[in-house]
Amino acid sequence: MAKVLMKGNEALAEAAIQAGCRYYFGYPITPQNEITAYMARRMPQVGGVFLQAESEVSAINMVYGAGGAGGRVLITSSSPGISLMQEGISYIAGAEIPCVIANIMRGGPGLGGIQPSQSDYFQATKGGGHGDYKLIVLAPSTIQEMAELTAEAFNIADKYRNPVMILGDGMIGQMMEPVDFESIKKTDEILPKKTWATTGKGKRGKKNIITSLELDPQLLEKHNFDIFKKYKEAQENEIRYEMKDCKNADVILVAYGTIARIAKDVIEKAKKHKIKIGLIRPISLWPFPQEPFNKTANKTSAYLVLEMSMGQMVEDVRLSVNGRKPVYFYGRTGGMVPEVEAILNEVKNILGGVL
Amino acid sequence: MTIVFKRTKGLTDVPFHYCPGCTHGIIHRLAAEALEELNLLDMAIGVAPVGCGVFAYEYFNCDMQEASHGRAPAVATGIKRVHPESIVFTYQGDGDLAAIGTTEIVHAAVRGENITVIFVNNAIYGMTGGQMAPTSLIGQETLTTPYGRTPDKNGYPIRICEMLSTLDGGAYIERVAVYDVMHVKKAKEAIKNAFTAQIKKKGFSLIEVLSSCPTNWGLSPIEALKWVKEHMEPFYPLGIYKNTLEGLK
Ligand SMILES: Cc1ncc(C[n+]2csc(CCOP(=O)(O)OP(=O)(O)O)c2C)c(N)n1
Ligand code: SF4
Repeated sequence: MAKVLMKGNEALAEAAIQAGCRYYFGYPITPQNEITAYMARRMPQVGGVFLQAESEVSAINMVYGAGGAGGRVLITSSSPGISLMQEGISYIAGAEIPCVIANIMRGGPGLGGIQPSQSDYFQATKGGGHGDYKLIVLAPSTIQEMAELTAEAFNIADKYRNPVMILGDGMIGQMMEPVDFESIKKTDEILPKKTWATTGKGKRGKKNIITSLELDPQLLEKHNFDIFKKYKEAQENEIRYEMKDCKNADVILVAYGTIARIAKDVIEKAKKHKIKIGLIRPISLWPFPQEPFNKTANKTSAYLVLEMSMGQMVEDVRLSVNGRKPVYFYGRTGGMVPEVEAILNEVKNILGGVL
Repeated sequence: MTIVFKRTKGLTDVPFHYCPGCTHGIIHRLAAEALEELNLLDMAIGVAPVGCGVFAYEYFNCDMQEASHGRAPAVATGIKRVHPESIVFTYQGDGDLAAIGTTEIVHAAVRGENITVIFVNNAIYGMTGGQMAPTSLIGQETLTTPYGRTPDKNGYPIRICEMLSTLDGGAYIERVAVYDVMHVKKAKEAIKNAFTAQIKKKGFSLIEVLSSCPTNWGLSPIEALKWVKEHMEPFYPLGIYKNTLEGLK
């Protein structure tokens, strides 16, 4: 199939369908509305279900029901909507139900704005809802990657029986690029059968129960130990990142999603000024990649973390660098996107203007 | 020897945790018997609430999911959309359904979601120790209405059957009670009708059961049943509020 020119939001929706997702529950919110519209049109064509819920609270609980019943299910929203879903996400993680959740972030806090932002990093990677749990969080920076990671997310979710979040921002949702869906269909992974799902007892004989309730503290602790064992496996197997020009780099930029694209422009521009800049781009935000920092900490002079927030991922970078080199931060927020020139100035400042 | 009564296959062999005299147990049995008699146990998927009915997932002998407070109708919607041929039901208290989950129940009803809701109205929050419910009666003393519920301070009780029966999506809506044998039998028929409405794909069905909470009302089990009849029933009249099933009155 030839490449198709698509918006990031549409690519996410189409990739989900091609990955076998047949259940979508949503509620409109900018800047991800293309997904709901796309699903409303496409799902009936593939014999799937599109349902516009009455709220995000209901939508995520429909996901809990559908995912628990064994369906391959997607839900998408943007920041304020994701906040509303946190209760449901905690239950879904607690009950170990696979599903894919996309957050196409906009500026906050509160109603904030509708321009792109990355200010839900903490919420996505550090829990968000109540209790001890983790989401596996993937952050695409191109539309092609948006499609590929979305498709992959369904398999990861099934493998770990855990919600997987695609964390994009308004820019990646709205931007158009050519997408090739060929690579997506080649997912022939052998996934565990959903023997735990509520499908009706039928011939199984034994009933299935899906719950996150455990009143006995010893058993609840065991449950938490068990799910963290699973998360440890994810930490061993699901780390994804990209490194660019890190060898001999004076300063290494660290950025994910949309800003990582801008960072690449910074690298090119810096070459003209004879400044060597590298880039570490985490693709999995949880589990967070530490390896690229171990590989570079002895060789570079500093890291500069770029975010469209007041500084959230910077904390994970500091943990990974662990004092070996200084970690600086430059961010814009409220929907403002950092510019190449401004970032380059930051780099020059870090290098003390000597270059 | 002829067997005149035996345990329903619709319930697992697990002792209920309910307080003595609580009618949650009776309502479980009725729903379970209805499922068994209609031969639905293999295809039923139930959704348990938060509240005293929380362990319904242990008791019903069919696949079950436990929902967060009030969200059972949304969870049931998700299940039903994946398995349209299965029989999906929720079991919910009044705090669950008529307070935190009002949105979910109204919209499941208005969508005509083809699910069955067993709604247990005991006019109080049982599990959390006896706070006011949206269904608590005017004058009723609870932990959070220690001087009695008054309309000016606490608003009026909500009549769910009356409200939901105004919506187009409802297929079968009835209010029953379980304070004596005759009413228990009628309640069972009502629950069967509700499941039948679902089997026939008529849309949303709900059976409200007036239930007792001797523990939090501070009454003996017998006094509690009397209280249902004398105080709750006049405010919550029994009867069929909506019926789209042919051949049924
Ligand atoms: C989000 C949330 N809020 C509050 C609670 C606490 N809670 C548990 S049960 C309950 C009341 C349930 O009352 P009802 O639905 O009437 O059932 P009953 O116990 O009377 O059978 C409340 C408020 C909770 N579990 N979750
Ligand atoms: S607290 Fe009330 S509703 Fe709950 S089990 Fe006891 S009597 Fe029943």
